[in-house]
Amino acid sequence: MTASLNPDYGTPARPGEATVQLEIDGMAVRVPEGTSVMRAAALAGVKVPKLCATDTLEAFGSCRLCLVEIEGKRGTPASCTTSVEPGMKVATQTDRLAKLRRGVMELYISDHPLDCLTCSANGDCELQDMAGAVGLREVRYGFDGANHLEAEKDESNPYFTFDPSKCIVCSRCVRACEEQQGTFALTIDGRGFASHVAAGMDEDFLGSECVSCGACVAACPTATLMEKSVVEQGQPEREVATTCAYCGVGCSFVAELQGDRVVRMTPHKDGKANHGHSCVKGRFAWGYATHPERVTKPMVRASIHEPWREVSWEEAIGHVASEFTRIQARHGRGAVGGITSSRCTNEETYLVQKLVRAAFGNNNTDTCARVCHSPTGYGLKTAFGTSAGTQDFDSVMESDVIVVIGANPTDAHPVFASQMKRRLRQGAKLIVIDPRRIDLVRTPHVKAAHHLQLRPGTNVALVNALAHVVVSEGLMDEAFVAERCDQEDLAVWREFILRPENAPEETEAVTGVPAESVRAAARLYAGGGRAAIYYGLGVTEHSQGTTMVMGMANLAMATGNLGEPGVGINPLRGQNNVQGSCDMGSFPHELPGYRHVSDDATRALFEAAWGVELDPEPGLRIPNMLDAAIDGSFKGLYVQGEDIAQSDPNTKHVTAALEAMECVVVQDLFLNETASYAHVFLPGASFLEKDGTFTNAERRINRVRRAIKPLAGMADWEVTVALSNALGYPMHYDHPSEIMDEIARLTPTFAGVSYDRLDRVGSVQWPCNDAAPEGTPVMHVGGFARGKGKLMITAYVPTEERTGPRFPLLLTTGRILTQYNVGAQSRRTENPVWHAEDVLDIHAHDAENRGIRDGDRVALISRTGETALRARISDRVQPGVVYTTFHHPESGANVVTTEHSDWATNCPEYKVTAVEVRQTNRWSDWQAEHDVFRRATTKVGKVEAAE
Amino acid sequence: MSARRIFVPGDAAALSVGAEAVAQAVAQAIADGAVDATLVRTGSRGLFWLEPLVEIDTPEGRLGFGPVGPADVPGILAEGARHPRCVGLVEDIPYLANQQRLTFARCGVVDPASLADYEAHGGLAGLRRALAMGPGDIVAEVTESGLRGRGGAGFPTGVKWRTVADAPAARKYIVCNADEGDSGTFADRMLMEGDPFLLIEGMIIAGLAVGAETGFVYLRSEYPHAHRRLSAAVETARAAGLLGGDVLGSGRAFDMEIRLGAGAYICGEETSLLESLEGRRGEVRAKPPLPAIEGLFGRPTVVNNVLSLAAVPTILAEGAAFYRDYGTGRSRGTMPIQLAGNVARGGLIERAFGLSLREIVEEYGGGTLTGRPVRAVQVGGPLGAYWPVDRLDTAFDYEAFAARGGMIGHGGVVVFDDSVDMLRQARFALEFCAIESCGKCTPCRLGSTRGVETLDRVIRGERPGEAIDLVRDLCEVMRDGSLCALGGLTPMPVLSALDHFPEDFATAPAAAPEPERTLS
Repeated sequence: MTASLNPDYGTPARPGEATVQLEIDGMAVRVPEGTSVMRAAALAGVKVPKLCATDTLEAFGSCRLCLVEIEGKRGTPASCTTSVEPGMKVATQTDRLAKLRRGVMELYISDHPLDCLTCSANGDCELQDMAGAVGLREVRYGFDGANHLEAEKDESNPYFTFDPSKCIVCSRCVRACEEQQGTFALTIDGRGFASHVAAGMDEDFLGSECVSCGACVAACPTATLMEKSVVEQGQPEREVATTCAYCGVGCSFVAELQGDRVVRMTPHKDGKANHGHSCVKGRFAWGYATHPERVTKPMVRASIHEPWREVSWEEAIGHVASEFTRIQARHGRGAVGGITSSRCTNEETYLVQKLVRAAFGNNNTDTCARVCHSPTGYGLKTAFGTSAGTQDFDSVMESDVIVVIGANPTDAHPVFASQMKRRLRQGAKLIVIDPRRIDLVRTPHVKAAHHLQLRPGTNVALVNALAHVVVSEGLMDEAFVAERCDQEDLAVWREFILRPENAPEETEAVTGVPAESVRAAARLYAGGGRAAIYYGLGVTEHSQGTTMVMGMANLAMATGNLGEPGVGINPLRGQNNVQGSCDMGSFPHELPGYRHVSDDATRALFEAAWGVELDPEPGLRIPNMLDAAIDGSFKGLYVQGEDIAQSDPNTKHVTAALEAMECVVVQDLFLNETASYAHVFLPGASFLEKDGTFTNAERRINRVRRAIKPLAGMADWEVTVALSNALGYPMHYDHPSEIMDEIARLTPTFAGVSYDRLDRVGSVQWPCNDAAPEGTPVMHVGGFARGKGKLMITAYVPTEERTGPRFPLLLTTGRILTQYNVGAQSRRTENPVWHAEDVLDIHAHDAENRGIRDGDRVALISRTGETALRARISDRVQPGVVYTTFHHPESGANVVTTEHSDWATNCPEYKVTAVEVRQTNRWSDWQAEHDVFRRATTKVGKVEAAE
Repeated sequence: MSARRIFVPGDAAALSVGAEAVAQAVAQAIADGAVDATLVRTGSRGLFWLEPLVEIDTPEGRLGFGPVGPADVPGILAEGARHPRCVGLVEDIPYLANQQRLTFARCGVVDPASLADYEAHGGLAGLRRALAMGPGDIVAEVTESGLRGRGGAGFPTGVKWRTVADAPAARKYIVCNADEGDSGTFADRMLMEGDPFLLIEGMIIAGLAVGAETGFVYLRSEYPHAHRRLSAAVETARAAGLLGGDVLGSGRAFDMEIRLGAGAYICGEETSLLESLEGRRGEVRAKPPLPAIEGLFGRPTVVNNVLSLAAVPTILAEGAAFYRDYGTGRSRGTMPIQLAGNVARGGLIERAFGLSLREIVEEYGGGTLTGRPVRAVQVGGPLGAYWPVDRLDTAFDYEAFAARGGMIGHGGVVVFDDSVDMLRQARFALEFCAIESCGKCTPCRLGSTRGVETLDRVIRGERPGEAIDLVRDLCEVMRDGSLCALGGLTPMPVLSALDHFPEDFATAPAAAPEPERTLS
């Protein structure tokens, strides 16, 4: 990896104020204490030859090329492993060193193929560079000796090749797998001359534990580990720094291109969220952007039973405008609405809600956060005053205790999981609260101190029990709550939490978690030093999702685990811009910056800026829109980059609602499930095709930069602008930076955000304003955003979704590493090699009772619906619980999920559905119909050849 | 119990020449009532040409018989000093009488299973004194004694201890390097088999000195007898309150564990040893950080050889000055020298530094076993220099050896007669490195194999002059460029062979060479 945006200083930076002055080749250099001589030299512009060193990994000292001479020190120490000392005098080029380096290179090349001209690393090979740098002119050992030139190539991984004949055994890949990724899939097998890189137990890469994060490929200095895209296309010639469009970690990447064609995506070392790391999705699974199924022409049809007709942008936009105008004229202003996308940029999201409020003239805007993290927004705003996580990702490196609740970071947030695992390997303690044994419970060099394997749906009972132990055992941080929390609320809460029903001995019957484990975990959380909670949809997607968020906030406040690094309440956001879409006013009741539409001052501000009158009444949420559609009062929907027909619960209800509408407009990359019900299809632009910003789970605003031109000719924001103009509400933006400038003008927490600043500092975490011009990594330092922290009563109320004789099992759903959400992107890559279909995990006990064997097709039946998928016997789930993913539409996971939802936010209860599972030899009726329906509704009419 | 004791070594060297059968014969004789005595299994005295060496209590001292076979036992018991196998009083055997046994004073004398016997022979005196001292004073005592690392590097033990003692950390470790892998060495093994409590005592004192409460012995897996002996001794020590939370009632804690090595020479290198001890592949770590600052599990760690730790109780019991009075120059105290190879009288010679190599080989060793003239002596293990006969007057002392391009290492001395081919010995050094290299650094990983191949060119007579020049260049790269002493010292035997025995490299054989072993 030698992108110029990713310079390599050889060894990692050392933080710290104290500096050391030394002399390198006669030049005075001042660097932070603890810096290596190699890095100090690089910072001064002196290149010391090196092969095993790279600044994403700790110094290793094996290649012996970087030897230097230091006045007063014996021998020739390696500059990578030698730290600077005050007054040190270093010589990096002497006759002795030159001879040594040439001698080392002579050894390297005596066991290396001489096919540089046809090698895939030609032009990007550190070995080649070093041979040149040290002036190697001959290999006196000849080439007849022992060698590895016949070693067999491993091409099993779909994205990269492993060619051991080119390996120089620098261990960079092995160290990257350990230090950066933490999977320990690679090792050096054998010793001495026979030392070689081995995946797993000397298996092929695909069969090993390798998770294809690509860290090894990025670290490799030769062609040994090489992206297949580079093997096929050659070296890239230009670079664009941008942000990944998969999960909420928000990794920074460098798109490396040839002309208008992406050659590879490499993680950006300057990325504050990923620090040069990546996962299989962001690193490799970007091929969907140019997948043949991308729709690049606008399409219109009168009815969903007709084939699509490709039309011009003008016609499509004009059609939408006339339809929405007609519908509003006939059914009222509130008969249309728009759904913003957590996949799109902040600027695009902002524009869609602006379109709804200003051009549609109502507040019928909502976003997919409704179905994932709406309880987070509500719960944290209530407790602390801000609808966001409290920490930056780097905060985890200062945690002593890490609690993971209802989240599966190694699959769903892999890059942050790697950072978390690094901290756990350093000795932080881990508590996992999850019905399933997720990988973190036991993974190489990481073992949870406690795994509280609760029954699905009993989160609140458990968090109350934890808080009960904290309070009743005197483990509260009394000084913190006295100073930082509302005292009246505190007194009420204290009385509530001490009630006997919250004692772990009582909750044991509900949660299934032994009281002693709860007590031990509570003691560790309260007394183990800085404790941080990380959580995911296993918290929010429940009928008491909001209650649980508040319960965790209570626990953190009671123990003083807020307002400093290493602590906090941290939602792991599912989608790349779910935080941003919420920030941008995507909710029917809130304008950008979480300000209620009923607030006159806020509305006045926006009315002045937008030049329209705004509706003071909150609009419809997604479920309300669907219900209203079935009732006949909601007729037109603009859906940007979301697939509600697949992702929302109770699919049959969703599709019935869509079918009831008169004009459904879908803007997406592909003909997704919702598009089957659409009348207008507007082609979307992938993240590679537009400028903008994404805001990740740690409130970090990252730049998305256009790397290639939009395949359909327009970026999504341009389409919204065109639509607004056609509807008679003109918008004028020449570039997304102007949209951000408007956001900054109107939103206090974004006041300091501009593209100029982002380009200058890389990224900022909101709030970013005059009070915090460089952003805010940790929130609520010294005081909560709302003033005093609010402890809330969080009584446990069981969900109405109950098991019984007909539906004795509980289904819970989740994600897998290689697929992403509804799979629209990740299924259109090579990733299905790892996950070709959704399967149902079932415990051996439940399987045996039902005569189900591993791999059998089973019917999964709930009160709502029925689907069929393959069963996998797994001890990750406990008896009584089954689990599946929802990455493939034909699985119909949401055909069985119910309409139960969070009391406060309507976030669906995806995580608890009472089901029965039985053997079957056929697909479900829904699946059979769906198959026929999909084929019928995705046809594109033949266009006469224009020759 | 009868007052009369018969001693038969249980030491692995003695066992390898039949000591077990001898012990059984003695036990049988006792059971049969042929003799009224008790059988005691000891360690070895280190007089290997006499093993199995049987000793019988007499009023004058212990009467020795050797080498003894089981068939000799009835005769010995019947005839006593008149038996032809009798070698007189053991203490009077010149080989032993002319030694200065401090560390090995009890080895072969006491019952290694008996803590009481250990104490009766002066054991625990050093620990008792240490318990009455402050940690700083213990370190000072060791520093003043002049003790240097007996594993090979010769680093001042007191300085290492001071570094660990001064390193701020909640937890520190004592690690004993018992991965004795040098060819021709056996002192660590002998000591652990013959006087295991001495090592335990030394480790406890080290723990007291630096503030460590846990010790590990990294014991090479090829030493099953030492493993059993030492494990039993640790159990005994724990039961006796010598190890545990309250060492000898002092309120101080120290406990230790024994870990079997992973079977690689490189695991005797201290950083590889730590990696292996942590459960990883035995691969060298770059220094700095020194193990004394970031050692086992990243904590400050004393890594000392068995002999260094075993010297400590004597220093504490007798005082720094007592120990320091032995030796010469900067090489203070005594060195357990291990004499092996083609030699008439192999064994352990503990002497103050300063005696000459010739004295070791000729006076103690009695020349070669084959009777042919000595041609070369390799000192310091497989990576030590080969000494020609005209340099045998070099004094056995760290500095004197270093000044002449050699090292004393762990004290192994291997003798070769005039049939040795030094070209093949040089090739062997590189081959040894190739086999034992951990594979981390390039000069060692690739250089050792290329070195073997290049010397094969010399053997085949393919432009030997150029090949030898290349080997010399390679030696420079390996010496200055290698990460650890394995690659760094491999040039020592190669270059000493080239320098002192050029005649073996000059004649390129016209005939086909004998088939070479290929490296796996």
